[in-house]
Amino acid sequence: MIEKLNKLFESRVRLGIMAVLAVNEWVDHVQLKELLGVTDGNLASHLTALEEAKYVQVRKRFVGKRPNTSYKATAAGARAFRAHLDAIEQLLPRP
Amino acid sequence: MSQHPAHEELARIRGLMDRSTRFLSLSGLSGVIAGAVALGGAGLAQYHMNASPGPASDVLTYGTGQGYTTADELLLTLIADAVVVLFAALLGAFWFTWRRSRRTEQRLWDASAQRLMVNMLVPLSVGGIFCLALFYYGLPGLVAPATLVFYGLALFNASKYTLDEIRWLGLSELVLGLVALFWLEAGLLFWALGFGVLHIFYGSLMYLRHERGTRSSEA
Repeated sequence: MIEKLNKLFESRVRLGIMAVLAVNEWVDHVQLKELLGVTDGNLASHLTALEEAKYVQVRKRFVGKRPNTSYKATAAGARAFRAHLDAIEQLLPRP
Repeated sequence: MSQHPAHEELARIRGLMDRSTRFLSLSGLSGVIAGAVALGGAGLAQYHMNASPGPASDVLTYGTGQGYTTADELLLTLIADAVVVLFAALLGAFWFTWRRSRRTEQRLWDASAQRLMVNMLVPLSVGGIFCLALFYYGLPGLVAPATLVFYGLALFNASKYTLDEIRWLGLSELVLGLVALFWLEAGLLFWALGFGVLHIFYGSLMYLRHERGTRSSEA
């Protein structure tokens, strides 16, 4: 049962990112940082890991004169997140 | 109470999904203050209508249809009353929600708040313009039910982005509004019920369910 848990989601931050992206379209860096309560550097490294796994899609653009980076879950990322949640549920003791 | 770690993890994930899509800082006290202000405004309106010399027998126009003479003044008084009530209610509602957002450490103007506002404002603005048209055609008697119906639709629509109680508040306003449409004489009474009593009822419910004691339980 345990092996079904996604290794990439062992980090609470990474799982948190996927949870937010599962229910929102594009979420920018600042919003993620505030929702998860983590530092910029910490968030960036986790996002890079998710990006490399092709679980999140990155969009960089300018809002006015400020650079703005937003993230979105890819189809594969959303699937992996749901599978991970199912696996967690399997771990729950049956009532 | 100790829980299975998987339970805690799922609860954390659910919380994150909720917080990122819904505006949860909406304070129940906002509803209570808005309701109290509305009741005060309705009382004042009733007082002016009783004191007005014009014949109020024509319920559709509140007696304002007859050439816009003495009743004209009454209509202006009622509109002024309504505007003051609206702003006092909004101000009070904003203050309590602002206070709560500081406590829950959710930003007051985040993406979820913006979504809530847009979904609320579109039906509400349409309703506002609709009511202006009713005044324009000399049918102020229809304004009370119309405000209830449009407010109910706005709440029902916006409830996806905030606390669940708002959905029920919206449905209740819709029912009241529809009943009021067929009972125009009692328009002000229904208006007072919808904007006064329902706000106080659901506001208290939200306060008791989500806010009382959250300062100690929220880590």
